[in-house]
Amino acid sequence: MGITPNSELRIPNLSVDIAGLKLKNPVMTASGTFGYGEEYSEFLDLNRLGAIVVKGLSITPRQGNPTPRIVETPAGMLNAIGLQNIGVNVFIRDKLPFLRQFDIPVIVNFFGDSIDEYIHAAEMLSNAEGVHALEMNISCPNKQAGWIVFGTDPKTMEQVVTAVRKATRLPLIVKLSPNVTDIGLMAKIAENAGADAVSLINTITGMVVDVKKQRPVLANNTGGLSGPAVRPIAVRMVWEVYKVVKIPIIGMGGIINANDALEFLIAGARAVAVGTANFINPNVTIEIIEGLEKFLIDEGFSDINEIIGSLKIS
Amino acid sequence: MSKYFKAKTVDNISLNKHFRLLNLSPLSDIDIPQPGQFYMLQTGDTCDPLLKRPFSIFRHEENSLSFLYRIRGKGTLSLSRLKSGDIINAIGPLGNSYPVPDGDFIALAGGIGIASLLPLMRKFKERAYLFYGARSKEELVMMDEAKAVSKESFITTDDGSEGKKGLITDSLMKFFNSLPITHHPLPLYACGPTPMLRELYRIIKSKIQNPKSQIIECYVSMEEYMACGVGVCLGCVVKVRSQEPVDSSQKWIYKRVCKEGPVFDIKDIIWE
Ligand SMILES: Cc1cc2nc3c(=O)[nH]c(=O)nc-3n(C[C@H](O)[C@H](O)[C@H](O)COP(=O)(O)OP(=O)(O)OC[C@H]3O[C@@H](n4cnc5c(N)ncnc54)[C@H](O)[C@@H]3O)c2cc1C
Ligand SMILES: Cc1cc2nc3c(=O)[nH]c(=O)nc-3n(C[C@H](O)[C@H](O)[C@H](O)COP(=O)(O)O)c2cc1C
Ligand code: FES
Repeated sequence: MGITPNSELRIPNLSVDIAGLKLKNPVMTASGTFGYGEEYSEFLDLNRLGAIVVKGLSITPRQGNPTPRIVETPAGMLNAIGLQNIGVNVFIRDKLPFLRQFDIPVIVNFFGDSIDEYIHAAEMLSNAEGVHALEMNISCPNKQAGWIVFGTDPKTMEQVVTAVRKATRLPLIVKLSPNVTDIGLMAKIAENAGADAVSLINTITGMVVDVKKQRPVLANNTGGLSGPAVRPIAVRMVWEVYKVVKIPIIGMGGIINANDALEFLIAGARAVAVGTANFINPNVTIEIIEGLEKFLIDEGFSDINEIIGSLKIS
Repeated sequence: MSKYFKAKTVDNISLNKHFRLLNLSPLSDIDIPQPGQFYMLQTGDTCDPLLKRPFSIFRHEENSLSFLYRIRGKGTLSLSRLKSGDIINAIGPLGNSYPVPDGDFIALAGGIGIASLLPLMRKFKERAYLFYGARSKEELVMMDEAKAVSKESFITTDDGSEGKKGLITDSLMKFFNSLPITHHPLPLYACGPTPMLRELYRIIKSKIQNPKSQIIECYVSMEEYMACGVGVCLGCVVKVRSQEPVDSSQKWIYKRVCKEGPVFDIKDIIWE
């Protein structure tokens, strides 16, 4: 059996377009689970990724929450890192030059605790060479409005997205919080306020109790749940959002293999992000890319775009 | 050579009710671990437990890695069920290592802390003054080997079932007091439960504050919950003194046990 020119033709197309970015394949890293790219570069070839999304940045560095910051739960984990980060300036000076070597889109996740901070961070990042898109994390509290989480209040969310939209010409991805009653509504607000894409889900707020001490295990009391435990919720939310918005969706939450990624794509996500699974297998993103390709070949598809949103509902 | 590799379980020997010795045979070439470094080990083949767990390298020989562990909760229980021939994923060697001692040194082990210190003691044979404490005789795991590679050993148990009855830090204090003041200061390496390390810090601090005594180098291996082991999740941080704090009202920053550690200078850690 030799390799015939025909079999080469059958390599399916994996590339997708998200908000004007061309991705080699639909697999990216989830913010906060891949650092600024360096740590995992000794484990995998970053150039093979669809895109890299870095740890959330704020205008000034943050030291984050006290420990314990993480605790394992059945098929998942809670984290309350508290958005520890090096700040926009240090990122641009020390981390971005490393990322510029690679030929993949660099998407920078950022947040603030006031609308001004969001605007300021977006402006600085937009002027930096090598930032290809912004992902705004709105799952953090607004100090000017009684610490209500931006992404759980429709009005605040509309204001902050509108303001950031004016502050940047880069593709803008709004990362939705799942801690809401109607995720479709929140996605629609983001779209109307000028988002080029939405990503979901961020972590789901949870708590673990130490029964002997009668105290929460995490120093922050609550934390965000991620990992396979959240996947069915995340897939359902992607499907709900797909029904109501036209902008592309980046799906995430508990993806650990190609089959999981396919669930999101079929439910309507144009790309996926892999988070917690990196901790378990630093090479998981590459295995998922290979798995997607194999699925397309086995099932006779020539283009990944054929399966995006292909969910059949009777 | 990748730090992420598959390894075959050679055996998983029960030493007693609490302790096991896991011998793995990596299925690809691996980096050589240094004393104090650790590996993240897969403990089961389902999503529960989901995360890998950190374990110090206990022994490295050609094509073999050994880990000494104590069964504590879900992850270590799951690990204890590995059978010969089972294949697991591992990441390592990770973190920094114990600085190389110039001459003789002190090794202070509390319980399972011996797992991290024995490779150092083996490498620098008969140069360690061993201070090894545990709850009971049963929990003084690997004591015979530890004694055999040491220059001198001091053993304590909480219940007096082996060695002296009492705290190992009290024995250490006595030893310090018995040394002539002119004695060349011995670097100290410690691994064990946090209360022991905190007490050690108290001892070291009182020595530092005494102008007559010589400054001793003291390195501790720290433990924190870990998710990634490679520095990306920021779950495993400890407070370390810093001249350039993030918050100017404080004099510390968070450092990652998995990356900047697990071995720290005891004087740099903020003990609360
Ligand atoms: C760098 C490093 C090296 C280690 N080397 C070894 C080793 O060589 N041998 C060994 O037996 N153990 C070692 N440990 C500890 C080991 O990783 C934990 O015992 C293990 O993760 C517990 O998992 P579990 O699911 O069984 O227990 P869990 O259910 O997670 O916990 C059981 C109990 O242990 C406590 N606990 C668990 N993990 C930690 C932690 N990291 N810090 C403080 N308390 C904790 C919990 O509070 C709980 O009370 C090391 C830890 C680190 C960070
Ligand atoms: C340790 C950790 C840190 C995270 N940090 C961020 C962050 O800084 N910004 C953000 O938008 N999301 C952050 N997330 C959320 C993830 O990007 C992702 O939305 C979530 O974990 C669900 O995906 P997963 O189940 O594949 O991990 C973090 C998640 C984890 C586990
Ligand atoms: S365990 Fe993730 S940063 Fe240390």
